[in-house]
Amino acid sequence: MFTVQQYVKVSSLEEAYTLNQKKSSAVLGGGCWMKMGKRRIGTLIDLSGLGLDTIEETEDSFILGAMVTLRQMETDARLKTTFGSGFADMVRHIVGVQFRNCATLGGSLYSRFGFSDILTWLLALDCDVELAGAGIIPLAQYAATPYDRDVLARVIVHKTSRKAVYESFRNTETDIPVLTCAASSLNGDLRLVIGGRPMRALTVDGLALTKSMETIVEKAQSLPFGSNMRASAQYRRHLAGVLVKRAVLRLREVE
Amino acid sequence: MQITVTINGKKYTEDVAPDLVLLDFLRAHGCYSVKRGCETSNCGLCTVHLNGKPVLSCSVLAVRADGKSVTTLEGLQKEAEEFGGFLADEGGEQCGFCSPGFIMNVLAMVRELENPSEQEIQEYLAGNLCRCTGYQSQLRAIQKYLAWKQEGTK
Repeated sequence: MFTVQQYVKVSSLEEAYTLNQKKSSAVLGGGCWMKMGKRRIGTLIDLSGLGLDTIEETEDSFILGAMVTLRQMETDARLKTTFGSGFADMVRHIVGVQFRNCATLGGSLYSRFGFSDILTWLLALDCDVELAGAGIIPLAQYAATPYDRDVLARVIVHKTSRKAVYESFRNTETDIPVLTCAASSLNGDLRLVIGGRPMRALTVDGLALTKSMETIVEKAQSLPFGSNMRASAQYRRHLAGVLVKRAVLRLREVE
Repeated sequence: MQITVTINGKKYTEDVAPDLVLLDFLRAHGCYSVKRGCETSNCGLCTVHLNGKPVLSCSVLAVRADGKSVTTLEGLQKEAEEFGGFLADEGGEQCGFCSPGFIMNVLAMVRELENPSEQEIQEYLAGNLCRCTGYQSQLRAIQKYLAWKQEGTK
């Protein structure tokens, strides 16, 4: 468990950003992952007073606050209507309902875990992130950025005619995934995202959805994979082929 | 930091350390049904309702509960006894260590889902680990409890 000297429930994003410039500071998301460490935190910054726990729908996008819980995304009827079952599929295997009522979008996305279901799914959509300091940048750019002292405020999911599906594989139910896979298509162009490699999720663009399955699978399997206690690189590469095939077949059905 | 938390209908205002977890705060106030299990947010033993939603009290800081209402098994004795009867009849409690967290999550599910299917029950309760039962007796208990509740509302 971490220790905290000072807790500040901030009243603005600017205040959060300023406080977070100190190396000993940390922003609190759901706390589920942070509590597993033994970090000595000087100032713990709580964003829960900023109204960032809502999902807003505008004409052309959904704006998800950083404090939105995984369970909110799972059960939001508007997200389901617009994006199908993907938001629910993304989180349904993550521990249990109680955990998903605690863990937040901001905490998951800021951490950019290699095993992140959330990062994999959102990279398959058309997303930007809003940071307190850097402003609005594409999610793909944020995903590739090293950790810094900025504060993630919102995720903007643009409404396009893109269709997307989500697949993942776990050794046991509720465990961290061995591999995650999202596939989406827009105007016939296929995008594949493979996470849990076990490194951060990577995106493959530039394929047509109508390409042969062998070509698509080959492309996915050409990504770098690694080994850890959950699976070997060889197993993950094989699994990537299986999940990509399943995802593309589902995508062709909904297209 | 000073917080005000309502536990099972009773309001408490106290100074707490910023890194105190809700689980320890609740046990310090006599809620011994709230148990420390895995401490890795996986087992569901420490489940309580925070503003009506099931959460893991080992992962929520007490300061985050400021101004909110917490319900533990001690605050839901009547419903817990009702469901506990079904659990006992089906041999679903065994050692009983996971029962408080499990019952809290079942009661949350009953409030949230209307007439849940077997798969929905399994998914909702995936975050409650039990080393004794193999879950089948618990599943039977839930299904019989739901049927009994539906009977009562007719």
